Amino acid sequence: MIRIEPREAPGRALRLGVPVLSALVALALAAIPLALAGAPVGRAYAEMARGVFGSLFAISEMLTRATPLIFTGLAAALAFRARLWNIGAEGQLYLGAMAAVAVGAGAIDAPAIVLVPLIVLLGAAAGAAGMVLPTMLKTRFGADEVVTTLLLNFIILIFVQMMLEGPLKDPMGLGWPQSPPILDQGMLPQLLPRMRVHSGLILALVLAGIAQFMLARSVWGFRLRAVGENAAAARLAGIGVGRTMLGVAALSGALAGLAGVGEVAGLKGYLTADLSPGFGYTGIVVAMLAGLSPVGVVVSALFIASVFVGADSMSRAMGVSSYLADLVVSMSLLCVLIGGFFARFRLRLGRNTGPGGARHG
Amino acid sequence: MGEILQILLADSFWAASLRIATPLIFGVLGALLCEKSGVLNLGIEGIFVAGAMAGWMAAWLGLGLWGGVLVAAVAGALFGLIHAILTVPLGLSQHVSGLGVTLFATSASYFAYRTALPDVASPPRIEPFRPLDIPLLSDLPFLGPVLFQQTALTWLALAMVALVWYVLERTPLGVAIKAVGDNPDSVDAQGLSVHGLRIGAVVAGSALMALGGAFLTMSAFDAFFFGMVNGRGWICIALVIFASWRPGKALVGALLFGAFDALQVRLQTEAGALVPGQVFLMAPYVLSILALVIAARRAEYPRALLKPWFKGQR
Repeated sequence: MIRIEPREAPGRALRLGVPVLSALVALALAAIPLALAGAPVGRAYAEMARGVFGSLFAISEMLTRATPLIFTGLAAALAFRARLWNIGAEGQLYLGAMAAVAVGAGAIDAPAIVLVPLIVLLGAAAGAAGMVLPTMLKTRFGADEVVTTLLLNFIILIFVQMMLEGPLKDPMGLGWPQSPPILDQGMLPQLLPRMRVHSGLILALVLAGIAQFMLARSVWGFRLRAVGENAAAARLAGIGVGRTMLGVAALSGALAGLAGVGEVAGLKGYLTADLSPGFGYTGIVVAMLAGLSPVGVVVSALFIASVFVGADSMSRAMGVSSYLADLVVSMSLLCVLIGGFFARFRLRLGRNTGPGGARHG
Repeated sequence: MGEILQILLADSFWAASLRIATPLIFGVLGALLCEKSGVLNLGIEGIFVAGAMAGWMAAWLGLGLWGGVLVAAVAGALFGLIHAILTVPLGLSQHVSGLGVTLFATSASYFAYRTALPDVASPPRIEPFRPLDIPLLSDLPFLGPVLFQQTALTWLALAMVALVWYVLERTPLGVAIKAVGDNPDSVDAQGLSVHGLRIGAVVAGSALMALGGAFLTMSAFDAFFFGMVNGRGWICIALVIFASWRPGKALVGALLFGAFDALQVRLQTEAGALVPGQVFLMAPYVLSILALVIAARRAEYPRALLKPWFKGQR
């Protein structure tokens, strides 16, 4: 008979060790699909490492890839802390990107000092609106936000396609469904000459730091955690649960919107309907791997970005499908979930004698 | 208005509605079975993809259409088993585990597809299920074309509605599954295994979901395409709530949904010049959200849904 016992409060080593180990296990498990695809496994890993750390350009590519993942990872981490299931970061990202081109691609001609903040703020506001709506449907009507945010992703993407064939279509775009480019003075500054990494990364890092501080130290952070841990008790303690939820929703949506702003105003310059290869969904993995800690999100976004960039370059060199990266990312989510279980409980062989079994935390 | 009436009276419209509803019927039944036992299965979207891919691939490799259906069901059951192990004995977050299974099943399917067919621009086609042309019955006015020219998988879906209803409402097993989703302690007190029942329900439900995916590649179309599931799984999760967790209502909900979808396609061809086509493409998702908002107030979720259960702990 196997008995499940809760551990004493899991120590720091366990809390940090579990995600790192989970990520490594997922990376090691990639050997199975690699072998099934008939690739020499050792060389494939070497190619991946070279693709991420082999040159300054490779590192810049990895940081570029990590930038939207930090934003969407923060969006998921904050919402999940409050037990608000925002699975709609993908759609909110597109709302932010749409707002950025709507204002930045010639609608307003202003110097950079005005235009850049305007683009950033409007992008964040659009993303926020995209999460406030489903949260209101939840608090007003009890409509499950998991389903509504998931469905909104599809609605918003179709809406983007409609806009790109209508009001946001570039008249100079040779018929392609893409928006006109953002004005030069509306673009986020580059960080290195001739590299793609842009100042959206700095914004993401600063916001991660602020989120970490607010969550741990501020009254607002305390309310958020109280609502997440026990909404009924929080209500009894006089915390406005609905209002806290809406606040978290706005912040979470805004962060996802900023991911979209960074992609158009920091990287691509214009909007297309294939702007994001699923950054919103991957943000959930980033957040879980980080144990929902904002600073942790930065680290796990760097890891996930390395997996994507490394697998891409390995794929080009060896002809193995780059869906390997998605496979590793999804496996690291499952691994960190299982790892979290072993951090909280220990398995004992023997008869179930002691009082109480496991408690779900 | 007259045009809408004309559309609604055509047998081809109702035949299309039933065809569009078929994958949703499988999906809603599968999700319903999982949730009745107390487990939300957000793996559904990925399990659809896995069923679509595995069934089609098996048929293409020469296992035959029914061999493909079987392979799809087994693939769905295996991904369901992962979700079941994570959420039932380990008691982990059903939301996160389900999303993880969706990501895993989707990427595994895409990777397998690309590995088997590295360089093809368009996938090889299979000979899909043909409409079952039943002599005499097919010649009936209206009912003939609507009912008796569907493929075998549509008939299987309708049979599954009856089977799931029968099991849940008329057998001791069904009573136990429902009890384990409402009050697991009572089931444990009777000496039945709470975990065993839940794992069984999730695995069986996931196999059903995968059949919905298999219908897409083996009956509605004749090949596997990226993005072909396109949110159908999530729509099923909304429809379960709309159907109050009842198999009969699930059938009605899926049919209503199929009818709306068939109607929007026809209106699109009529009014395509006036309204952008995307407005019609959005309609199914908007409709699902509306259905959810309407149903949410009176929804009576299985009482132990999302709640893990451990022996000896009340």
